[in-house]
Amino acid sequence: MSEVKKIATRESYGKALAELGNTAMDLVVLDADLAGATKTGIFKAAHPERFIDCGIAEGNMMGIAAGISTTGKVPFASTFAMFAAGRAFEQVRNSIGYPHLNVKIGATHAGISVGEDGASHQCNEDIALMRTIPGMTVIVPSDDVEARAAVKAAYEYVGPCYLRFGRLAVPVINDVPDYKFEIGKAITLKEGTDLAIIACGLPVSACLEVAEKLDSEGISTKVINMHTVKPLDEAAVLEAAKCGKVVTVEEHSVIGGLGSAVCDVLAEKMPTKVCKIGINDVFGESGPAVELVHKYGLDAEGIYGTIREFLK
Amino acid sequence: MDNLELKKTALNVRQGIIDAVYNAKSGHPGGSLSAADLYTFLFFEELNIDPKDPKKADRDRFVLSKGHTSPGYYSTLANRGFFPVEDLKTFRHLGSYLQGHPDMKHIPGVDMSSGSLGQGVSAAVGMAESAKIFGDKFRVYTLLGDGEIQEGQVWEAAMFAGAKKLDNLVVIVDNNGLQIDGKIDDVNSPYPIDKKFEAFNFHVININGHDFDEIRAAFKEAKETKGMPTAIIAKTIKGKDISYMENQASWHGVAPNEEQYNVACEDLKKVGECLCQK
Repeated sequence: MSEVKKIATRESYGKALAELGNTAMDLVVLDADLAGATKTGIFKAAHPERFIDCGIAEGNMMGIAAGISTTGKVPFASTFAMFAAGRAFEQVRNSIGYPHLNVKIGATHAGISVGEDGASHQCNEDIALMRTIPGMTVIVPSDDVEARAAVKAAYEYVGPCYLRFGRLAVPVINDVPDYKFEIGKAITLKEGTDLAIIACGLPVSACLEVAEKLDSEGISTKVINMHTVKPLDEAAVLEAAKCGKVVTVEEHSVIGGLGSAVCDVLAEKMPTKVCKIGINDVFGESGPAVELVHKYGLDAEGIYGTIREFLK
Repeated sequence: MDNLELKKTALNVRQGIIDAVYNAKSGHPGGSLSAADLYTFLFFEELNIDPKDPKKADRDRFVLSKGHTSPGYYSTLANRGFFPVEDLKTFRHLGSYLQGHPDMKHIPGVDMSSGSLGQGVSAAVGMAESAKIFGDKFRVYTLLGDGEIQEGQVWEAAMFAGAKKLDNLVVIVDNNGLQIDGKIDDVNSPYPIDKKFEAFNFHVININGHDFDEIRAAFKEAKETKGMPTAIIAKTIKGKDISYMENQASWHGVAPNEEQYNVACEDLKKVGECLCQK
């Protein structure tokens, strides 16, 4: 098998912003002293006059972004997911969500794949927090191609939008000619009839591997890339449930994230047995990202094992 | 407007505050009344705004960071012609557009939703920064409570505004000295307020927030100040002009009953009579 290209979606974020900035003259990028890490530094180098470093003050940054958006410009406020969705939750809720302002939140370093920084910086709660805010769009891209497309789509969409990116380089899986990103429209990466995996973000590529393996063992497995957690593509969820069994996979707590969103739909409209794979209501820890992803069962081996248990 | 006209207008604003809060049986009269003269000067003299075109692109922006004093804000907007004064009676009622705290989506003239303390000032700073980046000429004004500045976010915003030299920004602190739990210096003293803003690289002006000469001079000075934002620290009386509300923390967020409402109307009538004799 040839070497798969790997790119961190934070890198895609920075590059997409810089490129978009060439034509989108109303685009403003904000950061809170993490431009090197969130990769907004790439935008800064290209368009310094429209880059604002707010310093280490995330709540204020969200307010400033809100104020900028009221003047008709399109701000992307960037920091780690921990601080964007966590520390600044109430600013996002009240200054951006409540007035439904056209602010984009670029949250990088989401999930345990932050790695060595450990639990204090590994945000496994942001999807849950953001999707409870009325009118908030929540997008979790799975690779470079999707992350770039999501940035462009978020810019074109009018309204508050939370974009979740990762620190760890992940395989490029969407580099196909007919790839099309549409907010709220799930992508079926693989058809199947016995089992459906609905995933978002980092583990999507592993889910494809797992599905191939299950197929080879006689379990026809469908894989859905649910890049938009809110608004959720309910039709795709209901279609997936026709397989009879659903597995959700996310680099996020099993409480309140994609798994919960899928269960909300299925419990009400098509009760189906669901296995939620994610971070099992625990804090993370320090370690190399790849080893953490393995330890917390979000690589192909872990996902396969959990699904096999589920199918017993 | 001359000072007498401003005073008469402020009286109407105060009447609107009392009417709104009385009819809502809820709301925040104390800090609305303390800021009534500031509101009046801002919306009748200072701001480049047009009630017929509330969203005009080059308008000056106003953010009520101390959003709970919406009765003062709404009464001023209504008296200025942004919406009918009669609607003040629907304040806080189910189905009314006059929400408990400022709602930019539904209220003509409101540039930013607010209410969670400390957040409005950041939005105002964002507006001012946007104007600087894109070369817009509008100015931005934001009104804060003196209790509100206990919120750390206020100082995050102040640090940014000072560092970015936002001379198109005016921060006004309504220094009525009281918050819900009592005197601000007993609860958690923010004093010295002026020195704090100076330390954050603001041009600071201390005024009597009920003296229109001082208010006028302060805004003029703010406009002439280049290279730094201005903070106007306005000493005021909480509950101003309502006899039993003045300097009483207990009237921070309580509505008058019918008897108290009638006394309040009498109090304002007397203030009006004094103005007419001048």
